[in-house]
Amino acid sequence: MAADVHKKGGDVPNGSLVPKDGRHAERSESPTPGLAQGTEPGAGQEGAMFVHAQSYEDLTSTENPDATVQIPGGREDAQSDQTKIEEISKDFSKLSTQLTGIALDLEEEMRQSKEDKQDLSPKASRRDSVLSGKEDEGVSMDAWHMHQKHVFVLSEAGKPVYSRYGSEEALSSTMGVMMALVSFVEVQKNAIRSIHADGYKVVFVRRSPLVLVAVARTRQSEQEIAQELLYIYYQILSLLTLTQLNRIFQQKQNYDLRRLLAGSERITDNLLDLMARDPSFLMGAARCLPMASGVRDIVSTCLQQAKAKSLVFAILLAKNQLVSLVRKKDQFLHHIDLHLLFNLISSSSSFREGEAWTPICLPKFNSSGFFSAHISYLEQDTDLCLLLISTDREDFFTVSDCKRKFQDRLKKRGVYQALLEALHTPFYSVSQVGIPFLRHFIYKSKSSGLFTSPEIEAPYITEKEKERLLGLYQYLHSRAHNSSRPLMNIYYTGSHENLLAWVTNAFELYVCFSPLGTKAAAVSAVHKLMRWIRKEEDRLFILTPQTY
Amino acid sequence: MGNGQEMAQRTTGNKEVSFLQDAPGSKEFSCVFKVVLLGSSSVGKTSLAYRYVKKDFQDSLPTVGCSFFNQCVTLDATTVKLEIWDTAGQEKYHSVCHLYYRGANAALLVYDITRKESFEKAKVWLSELEKEFLQNEIVIILVGNKLDLSEEREVTIEEAKEFAKTNCILYTETSAKSDYQVTELFVTLAHELLELEQQKEKLRHTTHWKKSRVDLQETASRRMKCCQK
Repeated sequence: MAADVHKKGGDVPNGSLVPKDGRHAERSESPTPGLAQGTEPGAGQEGAMFVHAQSYEDLTSTENPDATVQIPGGREDAQSDQTKIEEISKDFSKLSTQLTGIALDLEEEMRQSKEDKQDLSPKASRRDSVLSGKEDEGVSMDAWHMHQKHVFVLSEAGKPVYSRYGSEEALSSTMGVMMALVSFVEVQKNAIRSIHADGYKVVFVRRSPLVLVAVARTRQSEQEIAQELLYIYYQILSLLTLTQLNRIFQQKQNYDLRRLLAGSERITDNLLDLMARDPSFLMGAARCLPMASGVRDIVSTCLQQAKAKSLVFAILLAKNQLVSLVRKKDQFLHHIDLHLLFNLISSSSSFREGEAWTPICLPKFNSSGFFSAHISYLEQDTDLCLLLISTDREDFFTVSDCKRKFQDRLKKRGVYQALLEALHTPFYSVSQVGIPFLRHFIYKSKSSGLFTSPEIEAPYITEKEKERLLGLYQYLHSRAHNSSRPLMNIYYTGSHENLLAWVTNAFELYVCFSPLGTKAAAVSAVHKLMRWIRKEEDRLFILTPQTY
Repeated sequence: MGNGQEMAQRTTGNKEVSFLQDAPGSKEFSCVFKVVLLGSSSVGKTSLAYRYVKKDFQDSLPTVGCSFFNQCVTLDATTVKLEIWDTAGQEKYHSVCHLYYRGANAALLVYDITRKESFEKAKVWLSELEKEFLQNEIVIILVGNKLDLSEEREVTIEEAKEFAKTNCILYTETSAKSDYQVTELFVTLAHELLELEQQKEKLRHTTHWKKSRVDLQETASRRMKCCQK
């Protein structure tokens, strides 16, 4: 469909982005009024590679249908519940500032009420827990409290599964309290979502059989934190599958899941770090390695030709940027799955040696089964990593052969050198756009699920400043996607920079300007920026994705 | 320490002799063998493979799934290609490990001499393998790694040797870090594999396999007749 509407280059002779379907007449004042999805810059010609996803799609659907049902109850009950909840949240805010002391009485109370109900003892068989390899950062230490964002994963029995900082053992009582809070609210057929206190947001995400909790001091909205927790949940699924996870806890409710996750904590750690600095996660999209479209097309063709029956996806990437993606016809990858793959690769250096063949679940594609992923670097000292995803776990040699064929073809068609050269400039400078007070931007094409963004340059030099900029984008993003009051245009004036956000059906644009510019200048700069992106789109995006 | 070396040398010596006597004409003969490394996590499976293939040592992160290496060994008259499958020791991959050792010609059961439980785990792996393979189908070597940490030793040479003896498997101790006995281990393995192959070959020649073979030609022609009718 997209190919019919949008003929690349042809319909934009002078850089105008206005689609020629007559809809521009009434709104020609505003720049590029409501580009139809599929015609925005960066939209692929042959349709998307990814599943079309809404922001926070997982959060808007009810995660636990019966938990949200309101219970019929007397007003008195409701009132007393209210006070109870207040008490608990008071206890909890105490906890979040000094997590050393446990609300023992609360835990005691919860245990009693639980024992009446069912056999969920949070204290049971903690002894057999495996030692985690993490350095022991004592819970009482100040450093532990200073972290911006804590993430905890626990089982429904209150057993620790993962903690971002500190050892899980030392935190088991804290996690017990978290589970107590969750189940306390659930007893009332309700669900706890978040607690806001003392500059902290405590966000809960319940995905049976796991409970995920974040304690954050960042500017992120509750939704965004919840989204990050979901990523962690999917990360765990990608190692185990939901089927296996459910089976384990059906068989043994107080199973210590850390046994199975041992050795992969660093993958989760890496995911959390990556989410704090890579806008891919916020955008729900993938960034492409900028390169001449001719080279990319040949690379994609080579990749497409090195096929095997069992291959579903073939992905060539360099440092979390997409070079090419070939998929089986009618099979779409979800950006969450892609991000999990990117994270897996970036969190382990061991893929540089030999060829890896590993079972992996792509939870958004299918959470019940494993694919087999062949992961290898084209050459040990380059950053080009090839990921071949097969349905057949016995097919190692066929898939391995595909890699060899792909490499042979690349060299035969003489694009390998060009590919290596593209790796030298993984980012472009914002100065190429030619707008003096433009500092940085993120542009996402919704129909292709791809985004582009220049290198973050001065004054955002230190990691901290970079994260601050991303934090600002996060803030704009959360305002734009606020479920109760979504916004299309935001102009934000700060003391260090001015930002502009513009969200339409077809694209999302977040722009950072120097603080000296005016709003009018910013609006006209956006015009110019959009034209530039259109001009460069075949370098910045994958416009002609291949299929098997 | 010395005992392990002795053992490896002894076996190597024997094999060389028998190999030369048995197969003088197979100069160009080249075989491919699948070798799988098994053992609990962080005993040094990846380090052993890395030391052998890349002649280097580096601290490695836990393996994800399985890594695959190719390495050729040239023994006196034969080039043997070893396909080395370095499996992940983590428990979550155990359910898929049988995929990796299926069809293997050799298995290295690696344990860490400073961790008793890794030795126990190697025993478990052996029983897993016994379920899958017949006695003379696969070469199994018990490998005590991290000999450089012998001061912290928890598994004695005697008990490992005793265990290897009762289960009729080979045994050696190595250090991937200080490059002790690693190449020897794989060379011994290659010799063992060749000898096993020759035994099988012999067996094939002595039994009248031609008579019991299914003749595809015959079946095909019979079918043809059927169709013609």
